[in-house]
Amino acid sequence: MSAPAKFGTVMGRSSTLLLLIVPLVAAGVAINALGSPLVINIYTFLCVNVVLVLGLQMFMGNSGILNWTYVGFVGIGAFAASIMSTDASLKAMGVPNMYPFLAKIQLPVIPSLIIGGLVAAAVAAIIAWPLMRLSNAVGVIVLFATLIVMHVIMNQWDNVTNGPRTFFGVQAYTTLWVALAAAVLAILAAHFFRESALGLRLRASRDDRFAAAAIGVSVVQARYLSFVLSAFVGGVGGGVWAHFITSFSPKSFYIAEAFLLLTMLVIGGQGSISGAVLGTTLVTLLREGLRQVETSLGSSGLVGDVFGLTEVALAILLIIILISRPDGIVGGQELRWPLWKRRKAIEEEGA
Amino acid sequence: MEFVINTISLGSLYALLALGLVFVYGILKLVNFAYGEYVMVGGYALFVMGSMQGVPWWITAIIAVAMAALVSYLTELTAFRPVRTRSLSALFVTSFAVSMLLQNLALILVSPRAKAVQFPPLFNQTVSMFGAVTPMRNLLIIGTAAVLLTGLSLLMKYSVIGIAMRAAAEKFTTTRLMGVPANLMISIAFIISGFLAGVVAIFWVSRSASVDPLTGAAPLLVAFIATVVGGMFSLVGAVAGGFIYGLLFNVLSVFLPASLINYRDAFMFVIVILFLLFKPEGLIRGNYTEERVG
Repeated sequence: MSAPAKFGTVMGRSSTLLLLIVPLVAAGVAINALGSPLVINIYTFLCVNVVLVLGLQMFMGNSGILNWTYVGFVGIGAFAASIMSTDASLKAMGVPNMYPFLAKIQLPVIPSLIIGGLVAAAVAAIIAWPLMRLSNAVGVIVLFATLIVMHVIMNQWDNVTNGPRTFFGVQAYTTLWVALAAAVLAILAAHFFRESALGLRLRASRDDRFAAAAIGVSVVQARYLSFVLSAFVGGVGGGVWAHFITSFSPKSFYIAEAFLLLTMLVIGGQGSISGAVLGTTLVTLLREGLRQVETSLGSSGLVGDVFGLTEVALAILLIIILISRPDGIVGGQELRWPLWKRRKAIEEEGA
Repeated sequence: MEFVINTISLGSLYALLALGLVFVYGILKLVNFAYGEYVMVGGYALFVMGSMQGVPWWITAIIAVAMAALVSYLTELTAFRPVRTRSLSALFVTSFAVSMLLQNLALILVSPRAKAVQFPPLFNQTVSMFGAVTPMRNLLIIGTAAVLLTGLSLLMKYSVIGIAMRAAAEKFTTTRLMGVPANLMISIAFIISGFLAGVVAIFWVSRSASVDPLTGAAPLLVAFIATVVGGMFSLVGAVAGGFIYGLLFNVLSVFLPASLINYRDAFMFVIVILFLLFKPEGLIRGNYTEERVG
């Protein structure tokens, strides 16, 4: 086999991964070398969002179930990781009511992140089995209700979360490199999950629940395992997020945040990893751009405060996408090498 | 006695709320997350009209209800209709986007802060009856709900539209084959839904006498719980669910120890989740319903 042809096959097999990871890392390196602190900050945030959205995609994209609860697991992971990693004296000051045994703990950040993921996965494992039996409208309402229950608990359990007040003092551990590494790991995880036997069973159950069950797929089991896995990724992502933001409150893990993650995923295309990554990139950049507009409009004093402009623009964009391209920008396809293969093949056929 | 009147009035309010949600759900199988925002729109209409001088109160109320119905209809026309033939999740996400859109428009166009709404003194006058003292508002709610529920049930039972709506909720495809226009039915469902949201808005806002962009969140949750408990497939179920929820809410408020009162919402939703797990069809079972059709 000639060298170019061999290159072609290798690229063909893992092209999706390379096409996503290489530009992400390259842009990271370039931005780190050239960008201003603001740009580096935005890019770090983008990578954190990639982790969060991919965690959501793992379950929602492959099962077709609208997962409201996800952002709650992000919150659990964020709180768990922050409680583990934050300095004991800071915790004593910031969260006066915390249980003493929790206040004493102080671990390095990486184990804390993993513990955050495990705690989120454990909560998911406990509550998810009955939830996964429900589909359609009932399922959506139940997952939504679960998010509200989680929010109320986070908001009221001030021995752990500092209640509705801000939890502060988390180390700013998430640099560009940490976020980038997390994003790459998340892309790999989402990819191999999707291609795994479990991912295949889950996708089969999404496309036709009854046909999948008829060929021996245990739909509830496939959903359950994937839900727990997705919660784990969300929990770790929440920890990474917390070490980037450094101070947050339960409000950060509620409907507005769920809407944002959902927008990123749906705009890009929930069926594929490429869609999730592209959607995240697009929405993050758009949001930052609109923020600048909001600030400059606000400071110009012409129109007064303009909170909410970003959300209005995102909501309109989301509705337009849902009307015109309900499968998102990439339409459920993965990016593959070569990028324009299909068109070429059609042209060749025509000739 | 006060407890009874409170419960009936709260239940009536919740029943109207739940009914509005079920009207759309019955036909489109869409759980409309934007439903709470129709209540908010009604509230803002009250605020705007109330701040004008010399507008009689009954006109304000009528305009508020009309605005809620209009906005409901407009969202159907611009957002839900084009997405209707797509997947169910697309519809849910759309309704969520509409909800966010309306909330943030209120934020931009009016103010992020709560606005005080004027109400005629009648609402807060207390009356005593059967040895209980209660604000006039509660009695007004009960009266309005009684009139509306009777009116709607007559409409659904005897008018052509009502019969077509009931048929559409049961078997939409067949109903369409019989020559009932789908778009018209869905539009009417949204208008009735918005109308009920507008009526609820008057009483909902009167309790705090203020409206803010997040006003819609609480009524939405109430409507969710009530419909789930009562049964999502029947209008009677929604009304029953509303009353049960009102009762449950008052009972929890009275009997939960003070230290747990903050968790009341969590308790409510745990009850909902348990309900759905063990009795997903709700208390009152509707007839067989087919999966959603575009």
